Order: sequence, then C-alpha cells, then structure tokens
Amino acid sequence: MGRTLAEKVWDEHVVRSTEGEPDLLYIDLHLIHEVTSPQAFDGLRLAGRGVRRPDLTLATEDHNVPTLDWDQPIKDPVSRTQVEALRRNAEEFGIRLHPLGDVEQGIVHVVGPQLGLTQPGMTIVCGDSHTSTHGAFGALAFGIGTSEVEHVLATQTLPQARPKTMAVTVNGALPDGVTAKDLVLTLIAHTGTGGGQGYVVEYRGPAIEALSMEARMTVCNMSIEWGAKAGLVAPDETTFAYLESRPEAPKGAEWDAAVAHWRTLVTDDDAEFDREIELDASTMTPFVTWGTNPGQGVPLGASVPDPDSFAEEGDRVAARKALDYMGIEPGTPMRDIKVDTVFVGSCTNGRIEDLRIAADVVRGRTVADGTRLLVVPGSARVRLQAEDEGLDVIFKEAGGEWRGAGCSMCLGMNPDQLAPQERSASTSNRNFEGRQGKGGRTHLVSVPVAAATAIRGTLSTPADLEPARTATSGAE
Amino acid sequence: MDRFTTHTGIGVPLRRSNVDTDQIIPAVYLKRVTRTGFADGLFAAWRGIPSFVLNHSPYDTGTVLVAGPDFGTGSSREHAVWALQDYGFRVVISPRFGDIFRGNAGKAGLLAAQVDDKVVRRLWDLLEAEPGATITVDLTTRTVRAGDGLDAIEDSFDIDDYTRWRLLEGLDDISLTLARESDITAYEKTRPSWKPATL
Repeated sequence: MGRTLAEKVWDEHVVRSTEGEPDLLYIDLHLIHEVTSPQAFDGLRLAGRGVRRPDLTLATEDHNVPTLDWDQPIKDPVSRTQVEALRRNAEEFGIRLHPLGDVEQGIVHVVGPQLGLTQPGMTIVCGDSHTSTHGAFGALAFGIGTSEVEHVLATQTLPQARPKTMAVTVNGALPDGVTAKDLVLTLIAHTGTGGGQGYVVEYRGPAIEALSMEARMTVCNMSIEWGAKAGLVAPDETTFAYLESRPEAPKGAEWDAAVAHWRTLVTDDDAEFDREIELDASTMTPFVTWGTNPGQGVPLGASVPDPDSFAEEGDRVAARKALDYMGIEPGTPMRDIKVDTVFVGSCTNGRIEDLRIAADVVRGRTVADGTRLLVVPGSARVRLQAEDEGLDVIFKEAGGEWRGAGCSMCLGMNPDQLAPQERSASTSNRNFEGRQGKGGRTHLVSVPVAAATAIRGTLSTPADLEPARTATSGAE
Repeated sequence: MDRFTTHTGIGVPLRRSNVDTDQIIPAVYLKRVTRTGFADGLFAAWRGIPSFVLNHSPYDTGTVLVAGPDFGTGSSREHAVWALQDYGFRVVISPRFGDIFRGNAGKAGLLAAQVDDKVVRRLWDLLEAEPGATITVDLTTRTVRAGDGLDAIEDSFDIDDYTRWRLLEGLDDISLTLARESDITAYEKTRPSWKPATL
C-alpha cells in the first residue's frame, strides 16, 4: 500500500523503531527562543551534557522583546533577564543567535522560512506550538515542551508515538477577498478545537494548491488551534520557487538533488488516511470569532449566536461563559461590534504579503476615531522590506503605529497588551481569555478584515469601506 | 524524576471545558528562568474571582484536578505543568487533553489521566456535594476511585503504555535515549549532504 506524505517524512527520520516503544525520530532543525529554553539549558548543565548538534540549531529573540525602542536595552528587567539568559546560553553552547537589533531577528516561524532553513521533508521542532507553520513546505513540524527542548538539545532526537493521519481536502477556489485565514477559521469552527487531536493533517486540493507560501503558512500555523499534532502541504513548484533564492537553500548540484527528492514527497494515490474531511472553498466568506476559543467563529455577515442554539450542553455552557467574558449579546450582528485596537502581525499573519494586503486597504484612508491600529512585522527583514516598499508610510499616514519585529500583542508578553475590557480585531491565532492582556477581548480576523476594521472602527471587510482618497487629490 | 505509583488526595472540580494553557498560566508569568516558582501564576485570572474553586477551602489544598474536555490546549508552555505541580497538584483528570500538554505532563511527572466524560461529571457532582472528598488514582492498575457505598465511583483511565512505564519507574527520557547513541550516530551518517545547517 502507498504512503501519505506525512508517513514518508516520518519514515525517513526513524533512528530506531522497537515494538512497544515510541519511534526515536531524528530532528533536522531545532528552533529556540528565550521563553521556553532557559530551563532546558539549565538541565543540560546540571547533567553535564552538551548540545549534540549546534549546527542544526538556531535561536532568536521574539516572545517578550519590545517593539518600541528595540534598539535600546530592554526596559522590563524580567524580560531582559530572560533574553540575556538566551544570549549566554547561545554563547556557551555555540548556537547561532539572531538577537534583537540583528537583521535576521524576528518571530522564529517567520525567520526559518525566510532564511530558507525550512525545507520540504524535514523534521522541525521548537518550544512553541505554532511550529506547525513550517508544515507549509512539506516539513513535519511540531511544537514541544521545555523537557523535550532539553531532549533535542542533548540528543538531536525525540521519542514520538506514530500519529494518525488525516486529509483535509479543500475543493473549489476561494472567492475574492476571502483568505487562507478565513479558510482555516472556517475549518476550526467545523471541527472544534479538539477535532484534530492525535492527527498529522495534510491540507490538499485545488484551493490549497492555489495558495502562496505565505498563505499556506497561515493555514498550517493554525493546525494546533484544532488540536492537530502538525499540518503539512505537499511541496510543489510554488514551494521550490519560494525557496530557490533563499540564503540557506541548497545551491547548484545540491539544489538539483534536493528538488529531485522533494518531488517524491507527495501522498501516493493508493495511500489511505485514517480520517478525511472535505470542504468547499467557493462557499467560504470572511470569518471572525465571537468567543474565547478559535472554534467559536461565524461568517462576518452573521450575528453572535445564541448559546441555547447549540446542541451539546457543554457547548451551551462554554458559549455563555465566552459571551459573558467578551461582553457581547446574542443576536448582535458581528458588523456592529466596535473595536478599540486592531493588531496586524504574528506568526499567523505577519509576513510581507500580509503587510502588503493591509496597506492596500489602508492606503488613502484614515483610522477611525477611537480605534488604534498596531502593525508589527513578523521579522526585521519583513520590516525592512516593507519600508523599502513604502508600506510603513501608508500605515503611519493613516494614523497607524509602525513597530519593530516580534510576537508582540499576539500573546502580550511584552508591553503590547490590551487593557481590561479593551476589544481587539487581531490577525493572530488565539482569542483565549486574557491572551492579549488580562481582561482583553479578542476577535480573530483575516488581514483584509483587520485593515478594514481599523478604518470603520467596527468589524468590517474592505467592501464595506467608502472609496479611498486618491494619492494626488490630497483631499480628505 | 520521582516514581509515581498511586496517589490519594482532595479532588478539585473545575467545571470548564477548553481550559487552554493561557488560562492555566498567562504569558506574563512565563518570564522566570527557573523550573519552580510558577504557583502564583496558576489560573491567575480566575483566582481574582471570589467564587473560583481554588479560593475555597478545602479545595485550595487539593491535589487531584478534575477538568472538562480539552484541558491544556493551545500554547506548548511546560510552565502550565510546572505551575500545577508547584501549587500541589499530582494528577489532572479530563476526558481529553491537548497533545503537547499531555506530553509535557508525562515528562515532568504530573499524571494526566484520561477518563470518560461521564466519569468527570460524576466526580464533579461528588466533589461539590462533599467538599474535601478524596480521589485515589492508581497508575499500577490504571484506575480512579472516589466516594463509597452505592455512589462509589470506580473506573479505568487511559494513559499510553510508554509514559506509564516511565512514570512507574521514575525514568529520565534523555538517559534512555543516550543509551541508544550508536543508533543516532549511525543515522547521522545517512543524512543527505544538502540538508541545511545553521553554522
């Protein structure tokens, strides 16, 4: 019988397989950041162990770095201690680090792909659940805890039970204005937050094949939000074209050998998945969340659901708690919900393509009174490229804030946080209670919806906006 | 890691589903560089609410947490496990766990026992009717027990064989893997030259 893409990648990395034990998997790339690694390095020191393969390890600073005054020493002493611990550990163990201020610094899941370190068929881990992002290249990539970070540092392997496989086939084509983010939010509302648990998911079908690498990363990024171990997309010409010019991609004959191998990384026609889901992209619309987990979402054109409308008692209780926290009433049209802060950024939607889409919406318009627009590039490279293209000027002229690179308000570990009861429309991945700041209320949205919401002040799509001023008229 | 065989302690009913790791410990509490000292961040937002279960005695001395489905979803932060352990929990019972949380628990020595939804609801009812009631979780026989007489609750729980064995023996994963170092070295010789390196 044939094998799925995920099974092929898995099999290529099995160091040892023994009945009754998890497989021992080799790890091709280990990404490190400041928050989940200090205790792992301490563990190594306590046991007198070293890092087995510093040459397969890369560190950067992203989770708690400031996005203002990023060229100054970090003001928050606790954050600074954590970042300094990473710097000391990287030096002591000989690990390449891209620190704050370095041109390659940024969110770890933006940095790996843009350097070309993320390649098809690799195993990639990081002490961060959104490591699934790298699956967009046909890599098997998943988040791990700190004990596992220590394990990979010491051994370059991980014991892993073989997961089940699932296919999510998305047929048709996404309508104009509907993005990969809407696709994945629609999927999660369909499956629930636990629907992918225990599975490695392959996203496939015409709607997936039509996506850019950036958009595929958005889909794979949110695999964890419906509980999947990992999500991947088979590598194709889009993948190879993205990779070919990247600094860390293979060159010359090595490139040819790599591509020849990568072309074999597709699910065989006679392979069987443990579970299959089919969706139709052509029926999808801009999709937003109303609740406190990523599965609690509806089309933007719909209203806040009535908790009593859910079939399961557990869902009714969860919906009541969520609406109480979110401070919204059942039956309210989503478009009537007023937003205080719009956050464009994160490993879900902080790449250059995302910033271009946001700038296209904002260009020649003004951010609504009482609304704040925060634009945070996913990496320093993305920031520089956006500035080269003049995107920063478009955001600033509209009244938005242009920041340095990092995770920022996605998780509010740095000063970029919501105040209690403050409401955001966020291009990030989690609307959990308090995720963006204690008491903060998050609606997950696509990039075009975020940008349009900043202009109107209520949840909106670009189609809801008045025509923009033309650049030459200068008129308001 | 200490061996885990059986544990009896006060049960704490947490009547919530989808308790993600941001609820277990918010990100602002993740800045410590040690493995201990995270108890103050445990359920930080909810502990400000007077009705929250851990604000009431004798639940505040509980060691067995009984939660709804999808406990520990979201962020990979192992700090969630450390915070539960620092507070005093030895066991979490739920119908379904987030994958990464369950893995982290197994590594750090917190028992994540997966039971049927109905068992959780019966445990909740018992723990609310009799505050301070204890739950016994026996890893040797994979059983959870609480209450007595006709209303006694006894059921099996799920945990994968490998994690159970490691917890029972108190074994460290890294030592187990390093015992197979020759396999790792042999595998490394087969890696294609075009695979990327960071140095």
